[in-house]
Amino acid sequence: MILAVDTSLGTAVAIVGDDGARSEASTADPLGHAEVIGDLLHRVIDDANAAPITYVVAGMGPGPFTGLRIGIAAARAFALGREIPVVSVPSHFAPALHAIETDAVAGPFAIVTDARRREVAVTVFDGTDADGIPGIVADTVLVPRVELDSTLDGVRAIEVATLSAADLAVVGERALRAGRTLAGDEPLYMRHPDVSMPGAPKKVGL
Amino acid sequence: MTEPLVLGIETSCDETGIGIVRGRTLLSNTIASSMDEHARYGGVVPEVAARAHLEALQPSIDAALAEAGVSLHDLDAVAVTSGPGLAGALMVGVGAAKGLAVSLDKPLYAVNHLVGHIAADILTPESEPLEYPTIALLVSGGHTSLLHVRDLTTDVEMLGETMDDAAGEAFDKVARLLSLPYPGGPEIDRAAADGDPDAIRFPRGLSRASDMAKHRYDFSFSGLKTAVARWVERCEAEGAPVPVADVAASFREAVVDVLVTKALAACADLGVPRLLLGGGVIANRRLREVALARAEAAGVTVRIPPLSLCTDNGAMIAALAAELVSSGRRPSTLAFGADSTLPVTEIQVAERVPVSS
Ligand SMILES: [Zn+2]
Repeated sequence: MILAVDTSLGTAVAIVGDDGARSEASTADPLGHAEVIGDLLHRVIDDANAAPITYVVAGMGPGPFTGLRIGIAAARAFALGREIPVVSVPSHFAPALHAIETDAVAGPFAIVTDARRREVAVTVFDGTDADGIPGIVADTVLVPRVELDSTLDGVRAIEVATLSAADLAVVGERALRAGRTLAGDEPLYMRHPDVSMPGAPKKVGL
Repeated sequence: MTEPLVLGIETSCDETGIGIVRGRTLLSNTIASSMDEHARYGGVVPEVAARAHLEALQPSIDAALAEAGVSLHDLDAVAVTSGPGLAGALMVGVGAAKGLAVSLDKPLYAVNHLVGHIAADILTPESEPLEYPTIALLVSGGHTSLLHVRDLTTDVEMLGETMDDAAGEAFDKVARLLSLPYPGGPEIDRAAADGDPDAIRFPRGLSRASDMAKHRYDFSFSGLKTAVARWVERCEAEGAPVPVADVAASFREAVVDVLVTKALAACADLGVPRLLLGGGVIANRRLREVALARAEAAGVTVRIPPLSLCTDNGAMIAALAAELVSSGRRPSTLAFGADSTLPVTEIQVAERVPVSS
């Protein structure tokens, strides 16, 4: 069995059995990840049958940093507790797989998620490859929302506010089986920490 | 019950702290600090701290387990700081703690960071057990708090705290005014070594008679910082070299004076002849010297945990949780979050309600 955790949008947790059976628990709330992650994990673990969890799939974003990290931290700590590996998967793969295999979207399409500050995160996919993994046509970028249409230039946009952790688990499972790495250890932050270098101290006046 | 084996996770500021204790015995105090990454910004940057926590957690847990010579399955409980602190940084620890507790099916205790600083003291088996009540002065880059501790696990009261900068922050800001690097505490200390602490009479915040009614135990360091800035600017305007040693020594004296005066006032007012010091700024030698000397004159006993337990760490979080476990407290639910302004009266967060039969 695979446990998958993603907090790039809402909080999504799922267990996918070796037979493909899915047990999912999620909230669409784009905040409150820290509050709900424990109960959601507990619920899917309880629901699952006694078969051992063999690895954890972690959604690596893009997404608002503060929430995104909570799921990754929980996934890694869970894996540590069970002494099982973590498979990192960029979160956009989950809605992309759903579009292709559940909604039968043919041809290129863009997964679009809100990135705050009037920007969206965009990844363009087209079908699945030989390993059954959605094929990336254009890597994830941040674009101002008002420029989305011109950026996509006619490619169909699929904007999602939630994703299925079970879909993420399936992508992780296929990547693992194919011996492929879809993401590094670092979350897909997409932005640098918002800091400015200190200048000279401000004058206070005599 | 035998003494509980607890792993504590602390991520409220820039230290990723993993501690393992068995009851009051310290088995590991593992700390990964992102201080170097903050140095170039002149202060802790919350987003940089949170990113560093995520990276450091797993290796720190591994290192702590190895040092303690225990496995995760041996644990009786997992503990985590729920607040106060930087929200985004706290949340990384909360997420990890929940993932670990559910994975291991172990009880989880969400606790208060400030009370954790007091709990650090019980991990010193060679000294007499901490006596209650005690006044506690906690001073760091994140907080400056004066507490009345009647019981570690049930009864802690906030007497006063800083109205603006934390004392450690004031050290950082004044260091910058004097073109000294970050973190400011040790730099100011070094610079002050040859300085005259009485050279300049800098203001003592909230120490006037008119402040005593409302802010007897509160602190304020922003006026002091401004006074230093003004003094430095005046030197520069006059084309005179800034006497860095004297400014540093006089500034430090003003901070130390107000901290110690207010702490001993609380001891006297409340009739509590005991003072516990905690927080990273306790590493400041001058603060310890003045506190010890003036407390002795006032008949107050001072306790200072080892400095490695004064800075933020996971061992103090584990120690507090171990006391909660030993005193029969139920674990927290899984539904708590990070609370950046968690009041000190909430020693444990979200304790489970007993299931009635
Ligand atoms: Zn602290």
